Amino acid sequence: MIKSELVQKIAERYPELYQRDAENVVNAILEEIVQALARGDRVEIRGFGAFSVKKRDARVGRNPRTGEHVPVSEKVVPVFKAGKEMRLRLNREPVEAPRAEARKAKAG
Amino acid sequence: MAERTITRAELSEAVYKGVGLSRTESAALVELVLKEISDCLAAGETVKLSSFGSFVVRSKGERIGRNPKTGVEVPIEPRRVMIFKPSNILKARINGLDAAAEEE
Repeated sequence: MIKSELVQKIAERYPELYQRDAENVVNAILEEIVQALARGDRVEIRGFGAFSVKKRDARVGRNPRTGEHVPVSEKVVPVFKAGKEMRLRLNREPVEAPRAEARKAKAG
Repeated sequence: MAERTITRAELSEAVYKGVGLSRTESAALVELVLKEISDCLAAGETVKLSSFGSFVVRSKGERIGRNPKTGVEVPIEPRRVMIFKPSNILKARINGLDAAAEEE
């Protein structure tokens, strides 16, 4: 599902809402999350999951093609941890182990 | 600056202020958006939200884990996990950069 499909679904469930408003709703939610993370705040949505930010120290990286050393400056990365209810929902049915071939195909 | 925690209440407030719906509708819509995303993921489908990131469901094979306290080996059942892949725009924005500068 992509964003426009999500907007479409919201508009269908809420016939009194303009499609434009449905789009604004989705964007307002995402924007609020982004701004919170940009401030270094945590976003916790019970049942769904939590977003937070982690600092990564500066390091010396390497260009994998040339082997050249390149400095990588300190940065902040977003992290997401799925909530308990979400984890349970994902595993309501027993999961078959992914087969080795399927994994290889995905990696390739 | 002290770190705060944003919850559903703040998301509803953002919708209320930004879209101009009632507080009740705003709260219901936040819930609906989260439900649609969760339902999609529970069905195993990827959710891609452009300029934000994607939520992807991955299947993990069975492996042997270990109780770190007792050292006893326990099998970890095959399971499905959900991962979030932040977009380049999101990564740039939380680093206070112009999103365009981060494009590869």
